[in-house]
Amino acid sequence: MDDSKSTLCSCCDERGQVESETCRKNEPVTFLFPMYKPEIHEEPQVVYKDNQQNPSIFLYDFVIDSIDTPSGRVPIVDTNLRFKDLIGSWKVRWGIGRMNYRVIPGIYGIGRPDETSPVFVTANYKMSFDRLRKALSGLNAWILVLDTEGINVWCAAGKGRFGTDEIIRQIEKTGLKKIVSHKVIIVPQLGATGVRAHEVKARTGFKVIYGPVRADDIKIFLAEGMKAKPYMRSVSFGFVDRIVLIPMELVQSLKYIAIFFVIAFALHLTGIIEITFSHIYPFIGAVIAGCVVVPAILPWLPGRAFSLKGWILGFLWAVAVIIMNGSLNRLKVTDIFAILMLLPPISAFLSLNFTGASTYTSLSGVKKEMRIAIPAIITSVVIGLITGITGFFIRQ
Amino acid sequence: MKDYYLKNVATLLLDDNRCTSCGMCIEVCPRDVFKRNGKRVMIVDRDACMECGACMMNCPFSAVRVNAGVGCAYAVIKGAITGEEPNCCCSSSGKNTCC
Repeated sequence: MDDSKSTLCSCCDERGQVESETCRKNEPVTFLFPMYKPEIHEEPQVVYKDNQQNPSIFLYDFVIDSIDTPSGRVPIVDTNLRFKDLIGSWKVRWGIGRMNYRVIPGIYGIGRPDETSPVFVTANYKMSFDRLRKALSGLNAWILVLDTEGINVWCAAGKGRFGTDEIIRQIEKTGLKKIVSHKVIIVPQLGATGVRAHEVKARTGFKVIYGPVRADDIKIFLAEGMKAKPYMRSVSFGFVDRIVLIPMELVQSLKYIAIFFVIAFALHLTGIIEITFSHIYPFIGAVIAGCVVVPAILPWLPGRAFSLKGWILGFLWAVAVIIMNGSLNRLKVTDIFAILMLLPPISAFLSLNFTGASTYTSLSGVKKEMRIAIPAIITSVVIGLITGITGFFIRQ
Repeated sequence: MKDYYLKNVATLLLDDNRCTSCGMCIEVCPRDVFKRNGKRVMIVDRDACMECGACMMNCPFSAVRVNAGVGCAYAVIKGAITGEEPNCCCSSSGKNTCC
């Protein structure tokens, strides 16, 4: 097999035998892998049909041209994002049509790709696809889009949807073997959670090279001979990374705010209690603290557990509410106690939910945190409600 | 800056007897958990592990073990209610518009 275009170590043959000791460093994955020997040695058993692409793939407005390949016609896509693409990204950040923002899986071209051009694999979430095509501007390349049901690479890989079987399926379906002469596909590193590189190699002959985490680093990655530098390998969760997630957190918290308003309005109608602005703003503030302020200032909040970070901020907010409301009318001890018991757990719960959007929490950690946080939150809310209601009736 | 979650919870284990120090885990880890120390590959920062499972998936020698999953409280709650393993609900199909 022709591997001249790839970084495959020339001292290893396709059976994965090691001919020299130095080879081990350069080509760690394929050596000494006897169990896959027969499959690697032989041609993959699948029959490569012509590219069975969905014809409507050519109708996208980002498709600017097409190119004929031995596996059929392939669309060439624009590397400039248009206003429409940017609006699309903005909308999904706010949760509008987020689960249906996708492109048709298959193979696309960038520039004037030929049989030696690199192949980049991505998900069919349109924002993932857009980022990749933008990052490939000025290059000649192929993009192999997997069917991940419109989910981004990281989330789809976690469930195996962006995975070994889907890569193999798309390699077969698009007839990639006839489109390129090399045997290398570049998979975004965050897809590694769903992909077994050695299995893809064994079943298709294509070697998986894990590319950088961020598409923006692709050009440097290629310039370095398809080697990702350490900084391209690690996931950051900086200020901007967190800020862009806030709209989605806010949209999700709207349901809690809605429930609160329904209850408050119902109470108001019954005439038991007159709901005023001073009843409503503390609650909304606690929600904002949990789902806007916590994501923004996450690393600077004390503690490691997200719920603790949220609780601390919620507590500060509760103190602020006591000072503000206390200056307007006299607060009873029960009111103060109820505010301190009710508001912090709201912020704590919402910031606990931010674990899912963060890029460094583990399942074991979240479970451990929840074993303590959830009972504490429930207890605090229950005590707060009992105190508040009792105080209300004592006043009557 | 490297963010850290809770200490001493990650379930990541490396079996030195199976490990050939090929370095694939170093390549796929997004959290710099593994390092090469001389010839051997070692776990140097277990607390940074977010249990994504990429190393386990890509170890050709089955030397890495980790209880992989999503670190998402919403998924854990949903999993507890439905009785399923916590799954990132973002990757459930079609109509589900949570997280």
